[in-house]
Amino acid sequence: MSSLRKAGRPRLWWLLAIPVVLIGGALMAAQGHSFDVLQPAGQVGDKERSLLLLVTILAAAIVIPVFALTAAIVWRYREGNSKSKYSPELDGNVFAEFTWWVIPLVIITVLAVIAWNSTHSLDPNKRLVSANKTMTIQVVALEWRWLFIYPEQGVASLNYVNIPANTPIDFEITADAPMNSFWIPKLGGQIYAMPGMTTHLNLVADKIGTYRGSSANLSGDGFAGMDFDANSMGQDAFDLWAKAAKKLPASLSTDEYLSISKPSKDKHTTAYASVSADLYDRVVMKYMMPGMELK
Amino acid sequence: MFGRLTWEALNNGPIVLIGDLSMLGGVLTVVAALTYFKRWKWLWKEWLTSLDPKRIGVMYIVIALIMLLRGGVDAAMMRGQQAVSVGSDHGFLNADHFQQIFSAHGTMMIFFVAMGLMFGLINLIVPLQIGARDVAFPFLNSVSFWLFASGFALINISLVVGVFSAAGWLAYPPLSELQYSPGVGVDYWIWALQIAGVGSLLSGINFLITILRMRAPGMRLMDMPLFCWSVLCSMSLVAFAFPILTVALALLALDRILGMHFFTSGEGGNPMMYINLIWAWGHPEVYILILPAFGIFSEVVATFSRKRLFGYVSMVWALVAITFLSFIVWLHHFFTMGAGADVNSFFGIMTMIIAIPTGVKVFNWLFTMFRGRIRLTTPMLWFLGFVTTFTIGGTTGVIMSVPPADFQLHNSLFLVAHFHNMIIGGVVFGYFAGLVYWFPKVFGFRLNEKIGRLVFWNWLIGFILAFVPLYILGLMGATRRMDHYDASMGWQWLFIVAAVGVAFIMFGVLLGIWQGVVSIYQRKANLDTTGDPWDGRTLEWSTASPAPFYNYAVIPEVTDRDAWWVRKQAKIKPGKIHYEDIYLPKNSAMGIYIAASAFTLGFAVVWHIWWLALAGLIGIITLVIIRVSDPEGHEYVVTADEIKALEARS
Repeated sequence: MSSLRKAGRPRLWWLLAIPVVLIGGALMAAQGHSFDVLQPAGQVGDKERSLLLLVTILAAAIVIPVFALTAAIVWRYREGNSKSKYSPELDGNVFAEFTWWVIPLVIITVLAVIAWNSTHSLDPNKRLVSANKTMTIQVVALEWRWLFIYPEQGVASLNYVNIPANTPIDFEITADAPMNSFWIPKLGGQIYAMPGMTTHLNLVADKIGTYRGSSANLSGDGFAGMDFDANSMGQDAFDLWAKAAKKLPASLSTDEYLSISKPSKDKHTTAYASVSADLYDRVVMKYMMPGMELK
Repeated sequence: MFGRLTWEALNNGPIVLIGDLSMLGGVLTVVAALTYFKRWKWLWKEWLTSLDPKRIGVMYIVIALIMLLRGGVDAAMMRGQQAVSVGSDHGFLNADHFQQIFSAHGTMMIFFVAMGLMFGLINLIVPLQIGARDVAFPFLNSVSFWLFASGFALINISLVVGVFSAAGWLAYPPLSELQYSPGVGVDYWIWALQIAGVGSLLSGINFLITILRMRAPGMRLMDMPLFCWSVLCSMSLVAFAFPILTVALALLALDRILGMHFFTSGEGGNPMMYINLIWAWGHPEVYILILPAFGIFSEVVATFSRKRLFGYVSMVWALVAITFLSFIVWLHHFFTMGAGADVNSFFGIMTMIIAIPTGVKVFNWLFTMFRGRIRLTTPMLWFLGFVTTFTIGGTTGVIMSVPPADFQLHNSLFLVAHFHNMIIGGVVFGYFAGLVYWFPKVFGFRLNEKIGRLVFWNWLIGFILAFVPLYILGLMGATRRMDHYDASMGWQWLFIVAAVGVAFIMFGVLLGIWQGVVSIYQRKANLDTTGDPWDGRTLEWSTASPAPFYNYAVIPEVTDRDAWWVRKQAKIKPGKIHYEDIYLPKNSAMGIYIAASAFTLGFAVVWHIWWLALAGLIGIITLVIIRVSDPEGHEYVVTADEIKALEARS
């Protein structure tokens, strides 16, 4: 063992200052940019953030004592400290072991209750409670564009979505492309967009603003560029936009749909004055029944 | 004649060409060195055809380390790309190449680095720890290794001939189906994993039986070293989980080759089925990797605290609980698929329950150090690095086990940071601790301690630098796998720091190679003459270092846990030793031939060269029949006198 000790113990823990400085610096550089998950602009995102912080605090209640205990034990019982007690045969203590089976058990029980309740209250399928009536927007993930259809207004938009603030939105989501994930972090969590299926995501924007929407699941070549703006605006502004869209020359016919659903990295935004009847349903059904391809 | 294979398959642009040339350079250097030093025969007889698990273990580790270099270069390219590809600048990699790189990175790191290090250490140590001379099925063990090696060959050949999958390391359909990935990339992925996976399954069964049937007389299950317990749990997971992988891959292959519709979007296919199947294997896989690391730390902490392991029974039950739970949490990988709240909360709660037995293990390790005499050697540094990083990873894991919180973190860089926290901080640190700890048992000398510490600090600092920024980026809403992003997001500096972190880790890897070179050069100074360099506790330290090819001249009798420590404390003088004849397996090249046929089969199917595929298949069947009907027998005898002579010499 003596040769081991002679090998020298370069004291290198001060190197830990490097990450502190560099990560601190990068954080400073990120100042002024949005921490979408931590700075939500809608009640769903808000609740999800609170949940995230609550669980973090509960977990920290165990982790921080563990760190302190580790440091204390390693320091006190280091080989060089001959004053510390040495009990080589000590290999168990019923009370101690009972404690560390039970304390985590209690914390996890609390967490389990939180998980059960929050999963049910924040179920993305569930309509949000609000004074305003929920509005439906249909979403189709394409290669590599996002198509939004507003059945109540009879219009559609490509690569951006407009929503009235404070009106709960029920996004009906499908894909006519490899599986994707529809995520507007400022408003709340994501849900998969899958061909031949519809998923629901209920969100609401509490504030007026433009939020980044992203394609969160690898869906092929153009996936990284497949983001869109979600514009939350006053009800009046939204109505005005919908009315203006109705007067646009372009309409979303089946032919136009077939043309925009071809793979492309082109991200131009546009709106359509009208939408071919039942387009969303036909996009879903084309995968479900032979002979139902869009023509 | 050659299916889809044309000369065009060799043309993949300048960056891949550099990779090809460096690989070719490496191979030529090895070939030249072997020829110059006239070592071909030695290589064949002593290593390639050997059925000695210690030799096979070393070969596993060599492959794992080569793949660590390749996977590391991939990581560096990914973070390098993300550090510069801002706004209109799309970096030096196009989207398809970038996607191939992260798909290859994940595949190689899990299937070849982590699995390779794991099976390597298991081969080296499990027979020694249970006081056995060999594994239950030595020939099968060689087949397993060579199948693993042919998966390795297939994944590397994809760099030169054709392309690799760009569909992510788990190749979710429908992206991985013919419709969206018509090339050979996904096929390479399928067949490399299929062949290596069958090897892993066979190996899992082999070690399961080895541990259950070949323990030294007197060693009850509850007397086994914790590492053996962890391997027992891990291998039972292998036996149950890997068949699921085999089936999932086979069905995907049928979709791609025969135009079937198991997982396609239309025609009655269901991609969600694949995602369930792949994670029903994939989640246990995570525990297959981490449990042996837990076992290693249990050995390391007890040895370097000079104390019995605290709460042995609790430790065993915690392992068993984790083993069981790991099969009922797979859905937490896709809470966002739209399942109802009941289903999501069930899987969320099952997931957080795993934190209980894991927490118990951490406390028991800490109290193993309590009232001990702690020597802060390199394996202990890896342990301390593990406790801190792994606990943080556990915390972020518990956060993501709450489904609504997961909706905001899934597919983000937060998730990427989390699982690297578990895989690097847990699995890799654990296996590195094991490598340093058991190195003298395998090679007869210790690794250089000073450089070992530098390796550790580079990895730890690199790890923090590389992954803390990813947690932050995830909270900013950055998704994973992006080859470029908008400048307005303010992400660039965090990506740059992450890239610096990768540079630290790569420097750590290079230092690790340097450590190996220096240690070999100075081996005389670090020679282990006692067989017990760390004042160990378990049986492997009772035999010479390097362990003789027969492991034990006389099979030890076990009466207690920490069998070797107890014997040392009791100061029993060995009485008159009674040697007996030892039967050991003969060398066999059949494993190599079978794996070569499997490689041929895989390569041929990837390129649709059907006659060659048929030849490969017939080859495998014929070789197995020849092997099992070999009349000469597969064992040779080392007589008692020979053993006596060998023992007297050492």
